[in-house]
Formats: sequence, structure tokens, C-alpha cells
Amino acid sequence: MMESIIQIRELHFARGTHKIFNGISLDIHAGQVTAFMGPSGTGKTTLLKIIGGQLRPDKGNVQVYGKDIHHVSQNELYDLRKRMGMLFQSGALLTDINVFENVAFPLREHTRLPEQIIRDLVLIKLEAVGLRGARRLMPSELSGGMARRVALARAIVLDPSMIMYDEPFTGLDPITKGTIVTLIKELNETLGIASVIVSHDVNETMSIADYIYVISDGQVVESGTPENLGSSSSPWLQQFLQGLPDGPVPFHYPAENYRDDLLAGR
Amino acid sequence: MVTATIQNLGHWTLSLFERMGRASIFFVRVLAAVPSTFTRPRLIIKEIYSIGVLSLTLIIVSGFFVGMVLGLQGYVTLVDFGAEESLGVVVAITLVRELGPVVTALLFAGRAGSALAAEIGLMKTTEQLSSMEMMAVDPIKRVIAPRFIGGIISMPLLTIIFTAVGILGGRFAGVGLLGVDEGSFWSQMQANVDLVDDVANGMIKGVVFAVVCVWIALYKGYEATPTAEGISLATTQTVVNSAFAVLGLDFILTALMFV
Repeated sequence: MMESIIQIRELHFARGTHKIFNGISLDIHAGQVTAFMGPSGTGKTTLLKIIGGQLRPDKGNVQVYGKDIHHVSQNELYDLRKRMGMLFQSGALLTDINVFENVAFPLREHTRLPEQIIRDLVLIKLEAVGLRGARRLMPSELSGGMARRVALARAIVLDPSMIMYDEPFTGLDPITKGTIVTLIKELNETLGIASVIVSHDVNETMSIADYIYVISDGQVVESGTPENLGSSSSPWLQQFLQGLPDGPVPFHYPAENYRDDLLAGR
Repeated sequence: MVTATIQNLGHWTLSLFERMGRASIFFVRVLAAVPSTFTRPRLIIKEIYSIGVLSLTLIIVSGFFVGMVLGLQGYVTLVDFGAEESLGVVVAITLVRELGPVVTALLFAGRAGSALAAEIGLMKTTEQLSSMEMMAVDPIKRVIAPRFIGGIISMPLLTIIFTAVGILGGRFAGVGLLGVDEGSFWSQMQANVDLVDDVANGMIKGVVFAVVCVWIALYKGYEATPTAEGISLATTQTVVNSAFAVLGLDFILTALMFV
């Protein structure tokens, strides 16, 4: 078994009275593509923010590289974050600087490298995502897929040992989706880094994940390799994987009797 | 009914103290980030340009018109007493002590304050601040502190420009249009406007208003709800709260300085 770089134990988190996580425990291993899947609103992105130390759990423990990320000093937290890359769903590029400067941003903030080396590193990362030729464009001139690829180049520019992807496939055309899938897999294999994907795009995630946690109602309801999950007998999981509109997860939001509701307006 | 009213009052009071506490903590964090920001002057210069230089047209045009109106109104009042030679003093004292700092601050809140709040709020909405945090870059140091310093440098300078242009506007109306003696206009002003009592106190007001306006704008943007409605509310509150703060503080400072 590979080294576990993130260990989450008995995680509880709520927003107001709404419980998001109710005692989740899981591990993320170095060199693997680990995916969190589940219906919208189950707190997948929230889990990434908790791992990154942007949100603090109500109870439980999150160890990142052996340190409790919610009980470290700000300097230690920032040192841990330099070892993580994060790809936001929107790309979250800085809108007042161009593609080159966006990718160079972490280098300029954290290193004192000469300009020539910064230029070389940025061009290498942009070449890796196929956008070396777009380095002078502003973020407003990029398509959604291009923005995400630039954000990916920025996420890997400090050579992190882990990258977190927040809904990397959402809202992309099939070609761009395929590009992102290939990039995530190639980066994982060539750099040997841990990749954490949050997604509800079943086919793409199943095609590249080594291990998948399926989250629903604040708990891990299933976990395993894509093959294990595909052959699971759980009706809930099969409904989710096959995208069936009705089943154990009802199509209708809980409501009073339909007939009574219609007649009540008369 | 009475219980509900007391409950609401209690809730409102607690909420007020909570907001004041959050704003104070934000202010302390920004102040703590200021020294390290001075090591990156390019960031500050960029903000001085967008906050200060781009406000120049508004400040110059407004200052000239305010000065002209002061010249006209001052003349109408003074001429009844045969004291129109004192027009320069009236215009200068009014601008240096009061209208310069106050009107500049109100214009600044409307032009630069609302823009700052909207910019920071949008950066929050589009996850740019979150992405900086995840890149181990503190948004307070990288985004907020340079704007804070840029604003505090820009606004007193804008106050000086507003006041100077206003005096020229008063001269244009009084001397140019109404025929007040130019020598009297300038010499009376020179003799009666005190560098410390008037100019320095006016500048202190300018600096205080700058800190308050920039603080409000940055805080409202940073704490904005990341939605279109949230940003709209943040910009509106920036202008309204700045106006209240400037006018209230002006009364207090005037009482301390000149009474």
C-alpha cells in the first residue's frame, strides 16, 4: 500500500443546522487518483476546502502530510499549501493579469528566481497543457476549457505533491473534457503526485480514478476501485452510476400529497 | 410585543458589536500587513494610479465648480458689508478647513470606494481570493494592503488638489467675473490663512477621512456575500456608510480643532 498523505477521521461539519458531514473517515494515498463522487450538494467541494484548511470542521481530525491542518500556525499552513495545487471549478484566474503572469504568479510570490528561469518554467507548464501559444491572452479572452487548463498549469508550477480538482469536467465540451481527463492522468503518472478529484461526472471519473469514495447524506456510502463500484449490488449506487432519474434517490423533493396540494388552491 | 421588541433590540445590538468586532479585526490585520507591502512599491504605485490618478478628473472639475459657487455666494454676502476684498479668505478657509476634505472624501467614496468594494467583492465571487489562499498567498497582504496604502496616499493628495483648484475657481468667479481686486484677494488670503491652524488641521481631516473611507470600502468588499446582490449591497453600503462616517467625524474633528 502506498503512503497515506491525507487521513480524515470522524469528520463532522455543519452549516447552521444543516449537517454536511456526519463522521466521515477516509485516506488519500500518494501517487493515486482518488475521487469523491456523489450527488450535487453533498459537500464534495466543502471537503476539498476542509482538506485545504480553508474551512474548519466542527469535530474530527484532518492530517495532511502528518500535520493536523486545522491546528497549525499560518506559516505552517502556507508551507503545507505550497505542497498542494488546487484547480477551482471556475479556474479562478486573476483577471487583471495575462495567462503568462497568472502561471508565474506563485513563482513570483514564493521564489526569488531570475526572470529567465521564471519564463522557462512558465513556458514548460503552459506547453504541458497545450497553451504556450496563448500566453499573452487575458483571462477574459479564454474559453472555459482554456481557463481551466491555464489554472492547471498554475496549480502545478510549484511542483506540488498533491493536486485537488474541483469539478474539473463540469460545463466542458467533449473534446475539452477529453483533454482535461488526459492531462490529469498524465500529470498523475509523469509527476507521481496524488490527485484528488471531486466530480459527479461518472464516466470521466471512473476512467481515471484509482480509488473512489461515494458520499451521500454526510457519509461515505461506498468506496473502492471503479471495478468494485461498477459491480456493486447497491441500488442507490447503481442509480447514481447509471444516471437513472428515479429510484432510491427520489425524483421529487419531499412535498405534501399532490392531489391535496392542487385542490388547496380552489 | 414588548418582549419581542426587547429581543429584536438585543439581537440588533449583538449583531452591531459583532460587525464592529469583525471590522476591527480586519483593520488590525491590514495594518499588520502594511510594513511588508512597502517592500513591493510597484503594487502600491498601481493602486495609486487606479484609485488616485483616475479620480483626478472628477476631483478637479468638482473642485473648480465648488470654488466658483463659493466665490459667488461669498461675494453676495460680503458685498453688503463692503468686505468683498475678504473673499479670498472666505473661499480659502472654507475649502481648506471644511469643504476640501469633506467633499473630496464624499466624492472619493462614490468614485473609488465603490469601485474598490466591487472589485474585491468580485474577486471573492470568482474565487480569486480563495485561489490565492490555496497558493499560500495571503490576500490581505497581496490585495488589500496595497489598496489600503494606495488609498491613504491618494486621498490627502486629492484633497490638496481639490482645495487648490477650488481656490482658483473662487478667484475665477470673484476676480474674473465679479471684479474683486486681485491683490486683495490673494494678500488677505495669505495674511489670514494659518499654516498650522487651517492647512495642517485640514490635512489631518483628509488623512482621517482617507483611512475611514478606504477601510469601509475594503471591508465591505472583503465581507461581501459572493453573489450579484451581495456586491450591489456592498457598494451601496460603502458609499452610505462612508458618507455617515465622514460627516460625523467632521463634526467631531471640527469641535476638537476649531472650537
